[in-house]
Amino acid sequence: MSTEQDEPTAETTTDADEAPAQTPGDRRREEKQARMQVTERERAEAAAAADETVQLKVFRFDPEVPEKEEPRFDDFHVPYVQGMTVLDALIYARDEFDSSLTFRHSCRQAVCGSDALFINGSQRLACKTQLSALDAPVRVEPLPHQDVVKDLVVDMEHFYDQMEAVEPYMQSEEFPEGELEEQRQSPENREKIKMSTRCIWCGACMSSCNIAAGDNEYLGPAAINKAYRFAMDEREEDDIKEHRMRIMEQEHGVWRCQTQFSCTEVCPKDIPLTEHIQELKREAVKSNLKFW
Amino acid sequence: MTVHEHDVIVVGAGGAGLRAAIAAHEEGADVAMVSKLHPVRSHTGAAEGGINAALREGDDWELHAYDTMKGSDYLGDAAAVETLAQDAPQEVIDLEHWGMPFSREEDGTVSQRPFGGLSFARTTYAGAETGHHMLHTMYEQVVKRGIQVYDEWYVTRLATTDHDEPADRECTGVVGYELRTGEVAGFKARNGVVLATGGPGQAFDHTTNAVSCTGDGQAMAYRAGVPLEDMEFVQFHPTTLPSTGVLISEGVRGEGGILYNSEGERFMFEHGYANNEGELASRDVVSRAELTEVNAGRGVEDEYVYLDMRHLGEERISDRLENIVHLAEDFEGVNAYEEPMPVKPGQHYEMGGIETNENGATLIDGLYAAGECACASVHGANRLGGNALPELLVFGARAGRHAAASDRADAKLETGRTDESEPEENLDAPVEPGAVDAAGGDTAADGGAVASGDVLEGAVAQERQRIEGMLERDDGVNHADIRAEVQQTMTENVNVFREKEGIKKALRDIREARKRYQEVAVSDPSRTYNTDLIHTIETRNIIDVAETIALGALARTEFRGAHWRAEHQERKDDEWLKHTLVSWEEGRPDLWYKPVDLQGENKVYEPKERSY
Repeated sequence: MSTEQDEPTAETTTDADEAPAQTPGDRRREEKQARMQVTERERAEAAAAADETVQLKVFRFDPEVPEKEEPRFDDFHVPYVQGMTVLDALIYARDEFDSSLTFRHSCRQAVCGSDALFINGSQRLACKTQLSALDAPVRVEPLPHQDVVKDLVVDMEHFYDQMEAVEPYMQSEEFPEGELEEQRQSPENREKIKMSTRCIWCGACMSSCNIAAGDNEYLGPAAINKAYRFAMDEREEDDIKEHRMRIMEQEHGVWRCQTQFSCTEVCPKDIPLTEHIQELKREAVKSNLKFW
Repeated sequence: MTVHEHDVIVVGAGGAGLRAAIAAHEEGADVAMVSKLHPVRSHTGAAEGGINAALREGDDWELHAYDTMKGSDYLGDAAAVETLAQDAPQEVIDLEHWGMPFSREEDGTVSQRPFGGLSFARTTYAGAETGHHMLHTMYEQVVKRGIQVYDEWYVTRLATTDHDEPADRECTGVVGYELRTGEVAGFKARNGVVLATGGPGQAFDHTTNAVSCTGDGQAMAYRAGVPLEDMEFVQFHPTTLPSTGVLISEGVRGEGGILYNSEGERFMFEHGYANNEGELASRDVVSRAELTEVNAGRGVEDEYVYLDMRHLGEERISDRLENIVHLAEDFEGVNAYEEPMPVKPGQHYEMGGIETNENGATLIDGLYAAGECACASVHGANRLGGNALPELLVFGARAGRHAAASDRADAKLETGRTDESEPEENLDAPVEPGAVDAAGGDTAADGGAVASGDVLEGAVAQERQRIEGMLERDDGVNHADIRAEVQQTMTENVNVFREKEGIKKALRDIREARKRYQEVAVSDPSRTYNTDLIHTIETRNIIDVAETIALGALARTEFRGAHWRAEHQERKDDEWLKHTLVSWEEGRPDLWYKPVDLQGENKVYEPKERSY
């Protein structure tokens, strides 16, 4: 968590305490907060009385709301139905108990990559994680090693920057001459890159990686996998592949990886990230570009 | 006041938006994309089956156009349908050249597979995750070109002039709200605004659509005076997982998957729903067949039927449909290699949308639309599988090009009212639709049009006021309750099978939702990433769009394509070979009609009986 975020809020709190003339905004915030806490308690009690509930312990933080500027965990007791995922439970908690509970989610089917969270100590997509597979209480936190914006929402900018640093776009320049003619790609080559193209940019791998945590400039597993996707695609010419290998061999590229496999373990799309990184290391040696 | 100025502003960064941005950039325009999600989070990524394009010998664009027109139940407009079929092959080749990892044949060419309602196996695909690859491939091109993306900026209003006649209005930009900071800013478009905001699936509660698919662009264009066209035509996909609505691709049936009921009958044939095409009949036909089976007591657990692909063998499944195995496992707990998958119809696609011509232009100068939010009209009363992705490519590209050039040139299709349009005079609406208080109440009845002069600044000021109003209000109703009511009544009453009293019930419920929305309040007081506020604004859009769907469904007293009416069991070409349009006029929806264009380039599409 960035300390920069805390400072302005701390001032706001002081102002609100000392100044007798509150702004309407301050008053509104305080009143709503108080009202929400009462409702929350009532609803939680009602849910707890139901037959079967699951207890969630959810990380809360909002730099702008005095009650939430100190990070804390809130308990939600969500009525359990069979097949319920962590995302279902979070949506229930938000819609029924506390509409300020904040998390990203969209497709609900593990393809938009919005809801990678730290659930019971590991990076998972909330939408494809069944509550029945978890020990209760279920602890839900934002992805580690990224700045928290609010509650479960982290700042993804650094992740996006790394993805874009590897020139993540096709650079082949030789196209067939015929009108409406595609480049040829063998089914075998398509199969080779298939797993690498499954990445949904959820950021679970980067968050799990110790090296990325210690070296902010490390490209990270997702970006290297993206580079692999193009470097291994036979449609790109050899000189472009060499160019890609040079990017991979830079100081914060493939050689930083210490093959701990944490990225591979958490990837929700089962991409063999560590293998891909290792293969690029071998390619680097083979291509004889001894910049390292 | 912050104003970001560009030549072209693209709202939404899914397939249509990305394609529009690339096209506008290729025209030399300074383009920016503004989207409530980061581009790769867009729902195009969930599209599974494929992209129809006539690429091979034995196939041609005229066959594709014919299939599309037949699938549309003769409610597509020929100029749009033919444009789709003509432009789709080049679009697919462009995608391939941009690196899209299509599935391949042994000779290295792009694979194609059969899809429902197609006379030729022309659906190109990348496994069962075609949309994911398409979305990422196009975003890669946006990165390559350095196109500016304002992500997690939610566009809440169009800045348009307030001339009396919508056709005289001009769109000069949009107003956006940044999730991260709560800032409201203007985005000025020197040449044009392209809406590419996707569908309104969240108007229903069992849908394949993402929670972000809330009809924002449709609602904004509608309130600014652009008609919404053919909104009653909602596609219910026949194979969605019962517990979540997650989509099981038509590719499963395309590869040979079989549907059967609780008695083990292959009902598409055995009960005569589609004696020729069976499981590969058009989607509307299959969805109705499934529900008819369930209603006749031959459903499993009175709810669903089975889709079986075990006989395809593990190798073929893992080669072409592996993603389906994961979805069935993760979201229904079924091992599709070993068991049949439970499936039932679920809301999937809105055929109707913002009225445009075949260049993506609306009747408001400077305002364009493409993709699911738009209606050119290609899909008419029923969209064929594999036609949504080529549509967003073809019309996304055209909208982007024309927006960049401020080009209103040469379209065959007309927009807005013409001499040929006719009013709806006998609509038996049970309640007055539209705004509760058209004169005031900024959260329930904004018109979207502001005085000319500083149009954009005025729009920004109005939007700030509206947002403040929602944040300031105390003791209000939670939007989630209102949204759930609308979704439930739409799923109950404006579903696959529709009858008059049910549709009227839905209109009454929507009316109630509007009234309650006047009291809506945002509990979260924060300016930081306030999703409570975003969802509250979305819910207003859902209400407006749901109402247009229900109004169209009530007005159209025939059975055509996806629109089935209990009291009207025939397609009535004498009376209903026309588009339904709903215009928002000073807070009130006004229904009218315009004829269908069946005059193609080389032939007239004569309506025939649609059998498969």
